[in-house]
Amino acid sequence: MLTYKFDWAIVTSGKYFDWIVSGFYVTIKLSMVSIALSFLLGLIIAIMRMSHLRPVRWFAHGYLEFFRNTPLLVQIFFWYFGSYKVLPAVANDWLVKQDFEFAAAVIALTIYTSAFIAEDIRSGVRSIPKEQMEAARSSGFSYIRSMQYIILPQAVRLTIPPLINQFLNLMKNSSLAMTIGVAELMYQARQVESYTFKGFEAFSAATLVYLALSFTITGLMTLYDKKVLQPLKGR
Amino acid sequence: MIRFEGVHKWFGKLHVLNNINLHVRAGEVVVVCGPSGSGKSTLIRTINDLEPINEGKLIVDGMDLSEKKTDINKLRAEIGFVFQQFNLYPHLSVLKNITLAPMKIRNKTRKEAEEKALALLERVGLSEKRDAYPTQLSGGQQQRVAIARGLAMDPKIMLFDEPTSALDPEMIGEVLQVMKDLALSGMTMIVVSHEMGFAREVSHRIIFMDFGTILEEAPPEEFFKNPKHDRAKQFLKQILSPMH
Ligand SMILES: Nc1ncnc2c1ncn2[C@@H]1O[C@H](COP(=O)(O)OP(=O)(O)O)[C@@H](O)[C@H]1O
Ligand SMILES: [Mg+2]
Repeated sequence: MLTYKFDWAIVTSGKYFDWIVSGFYVTIKLSMVSIALSFLLGLIIAIMRMSHLRPVRWFAHGYLEFFRNTPLLVQIFFWYFGSYKVLPAVANDWLVKQDFEFAAAVIALTIYTSAFIAEDIRSGVRSIPKEQMEAARSSGFSYIRSMQYIILPQAVRLTIPPLINQFLNLMKNSSLAMTIGVAELMYQARQVESYTFKGFEAFSAATLVYLALSFTITGLMTLYDKKVLQPLKGR
Repeated sequence: MIRFEGVHKWFGKLHVLNNINLHVRAGEVVVVCGPSGSGKSTLIRTINDLEPINEGKLIVDGMDLSEKKTDINKLRAEIGFVFQQFNLYPHLSVLKNITLAPMKIRNKTRKEAEEKALALLERVGLSEKRDAYPTQLSGGQQQRVAIARGLAMDPKIMLFDEPTSALDPEMIGEVLQVMKDLALSGMTMIVVSHEMGFAREVSHRIIFMDFGTILEEAPPEEFFKNPKHDRAKQFLKQILSPMH
């Protein structure tokens, strides 16, 4: 029954190898851009979520509930198929000239992940003793600046382990971008498979690359944890 | 420098400050004592608006705290506050703990701020700890850094809320010494403390609080020799007894 002939050469060299490599680059680019943006946006939403102004707090709360509780695939399709229908013509013209698939994927991944990151950061902030805020305020820092210099730097350090998880999820979730034609790793593996019928090799290669990426992200964050978090906890 | 006029404060139904009238002049050192829960912390925390007052008038360094338009952050920058639990910033080195506010609030350059910080560290006897993190220091050392942090802003007033109560006995002396030097340098200070030795040596006035009111207010020699209120007598007996 086992008549399948393995042919690893197709994914280790030549044209199909190049496809996988180009998919790898797109995955990296998509993940890095979305990680950076989702962290920033998550930080902003977390701050809004803790604002003294009720409407701001409610807006952030609604944002969190909405984007955490709808499937990522729906959000990707929404930004790709839905958003341009309601955008003004100028914006559409501009978008068409950009890499629209890529942009839609970045937007969806960023917004989706930022909702989770915001909650992680908020619980990090809540675990900072209130005396830290008092000390900062008593030196004459405003609320925002106390957050900026004293509370958030500590909270973000404490948030590193959950953040690693969010970044890993984002990287893995980026494979969904293939559904709107972003030529990332999964998309290219699928291409290789449909041209060669060597699905096992193609998807094994993709799996290995995802694993390598995951280990790299975890490694980097752990290093950061060692260098930055440890002094905070005392040695 | 600091003037309370008929100040009241409630926490819900609890009347924590009841008709406080108090005037502290520039250069004066005032020690506040009294039983636990009598409102001492609340009293000094109103001075930099960590606890807003509900009624009456409170004027600090010419600024009226009962007025909405008073710039609280500006006022706070002029007042150093030392907490019982030190509250250093654990993610910053000792040096950065001290230079943060001068650089970000007073817009000092790093060089200026660090020079000042190093001079202050020398003054509190911790020059060699400039690059340590707070968690690597003993309680006494942390509190001395906290005092240096307060002084780095060139404050007009220094407030202390039981600065030695969280310390092991052998570390109390080093912190009190720094505070004594500061008192003798002419700083305006309000110190909530039960360190009667400190009160006797350097304070100009002792205030005894009970149930949110100032029961007694006298120079130290008078306060120790013949306290007027029974509550104060009782309190002194407790605090000065060898058991304590
Ligand atoms: N934030 C607060 N909310 C409610 N009650 C408080 C608060 N802070 C202090 N209290 C109460 O107010 C009273 C006075 O407290 P405090 O000023 O800390 O007294 P002291 O410093 O003399 O021990 C106490 O009964 C305390 O429980
Ligand atoms: Mg107290």
